[in-house]
Amino acid sequence: MPKEEQMSEVKFSKEHEWIKLDGNIAIVGITQHATEMLGDIVFVELPDVGSSVEKDGNAGVVESTKAASDIYTPVSGEVIENNQSIVDDPSKVNSDPESEAWFFKLKIKDSSEMDSLMNREEYEKFSKESNS
Amino acid sequence: METKKTSLFNLHQKYGAKFVEFAGYQMPIQYKDGIIQEHKFTRSNSGIFDVSHMGQLFIFGDDNLIEDLENIFPIDLKKLNLNQSKYSFLMNKEGGIYDDLIITKIQKGYLIILNAACKNQDYKIIEEKLEKKYVMNLDESLSLIAIQGPDAKNVLEKIIPNSNKLRFMNGNKFYFKETEIYITRSGYTGEDGFEISIKNEKVEKFVELLIENGSKLIGLGARDTLRLEAGLCLYGNDIDQKTSPIEANLKWAISKSRIEDSYPGSSIIKNQIEKGVKKLRVGIKPKTRVIARGDTKIFNEESKEIGKITSGTFGPSVDCSIAMGYVDNIYSSLNTKIFLEIRGKKIPASICNLPFYKKNYAKGGTNV
Repeated sequence: MPKEEQMSEVKFSKEHEWIKLDGNIAIVGITQHATEMLGDIVFVELPDVGSSVEKDGNAGVVESTKAASDIYTPVSGEVIENNQSIVDDPSKVNSDPESEAWFFKLKIKDSSEMDSLMNREEYEKFSKESNS
Repeated sequence: METKKTSLFNLHQKYGAKFVEFAGYQMPIQYKDGIIQEHKFTRSNSGIFDVSHMGQLFIFGDDNLIEDLENIFPIDLKKLNLNQSKYSFLMNKEGGIYDDLIITKIQKGYLIILNAACKNQDYKIIEEKLEKKYVMNLDESLSLIAIQGPDAKNVLEKIIPNSNKLRFMNGNKFYFKETEIYITRSGYTGEDGFEISIKNEKVEKFVELLIENGSKLIGLGARDTLRLEAGLCLYGNDIDQKTSPIEANLKWAISKSRIEDSYPGSSIIKNQIEKGVKKLRVGIKPKTRVIARGDTKIFNEESKEIGKITSGTFGPSVDCSIAMGYVDNIYSSLNTKIFLEIRGKKIPASICNLPFYKKNYAKGGTNV
């Protein structure tokens, strides 16, 4: 479990991405719940470093043995880093989705875009409901 | 139409199956371990597959039945010995494939294993062609189980003594708790293995014994990655009513002695064998890990569209993206550079040999 102060910073989208804000830099990945729904992940495509992404816009693809799914960014910004280690070994996304297997880092434009996102408790409730 | 359940439904649930609807049946796509682990376990140990949704068609008759069936299937049935199995096709008059199937000579007739989605239509087509002269039974009282992998022979031998004496593509009657069962040495994974036809009321106990002896239930997800690594066709994806066995690169399944004979589509097949085909099924390897799924368009180096992917996935045992599809015949030679259009990007790929994974079929009958 993440520490108490880190927990408060992590937010979640309805598309099952998590986002952690540190100053104006955000780290984005997909949730444990998302990986359980997807199954074994075998391919990851990430947005290019230097590209701009718009809130709720397309920011990559994950493919499981079953299907391809788009990744969306919960907030707008400029991609400053992407995680090549999950491109080389996509199975990392299944084993550690909410820490080591982050997807990309953003320099965000507008931190108020975080306001509409869910906290962990809200997300857990949401994912349970959307599962049933 | 209500979805059907196989006799193993409760056992699937017990082992944590996720279900999907497939050909009108609730079938397990995967269990708790997931597709990749299930795939690898089958290749290293053994896996059990519930394929009870497939059709088990029995046709009984005299010597005339051989003649009449040869007018339907492009194989030399006179040379098919008792308990021997052959891969064949039910074809339309254009040489397209209604279904691919395994036909086995049994006492007083034949057992034909049909694809689940095709079995009812197949029955009607065959019944009509045989003019209702013979006893036909698409037997719903029987389940069908496959056990596949290097340990399959040892696991099955513990429960059914002497099953390991079967040669590849041969079958026989055996007994399980005083009930007759029919086992063939065959499969759909590229591994040595068996298919067991067994009464519905006995199948759960039988599978539990296989599990107790070290095998594991494997879902349809891994069945698909295993068969694709083995270069085997999935009906509805890689072959259908618009593809002929020759275009599908399955010429080996048409008996040489039958090429001059008459069967549905025979003149088209003969012409394709003599003059060649416009499109051909080939193996395809993308240069990256991206998955090239069915309907992905294939282009040549000059950006001309030359074909389409019919199946694509990640191959857990070969650790790369694998696919097959049809290309214009002039682009079908080994190592030809092609491009796949995936999400708007052109991904380099090349034509490669099938299978992706080398087969491990049993050679002899007594290789203990």
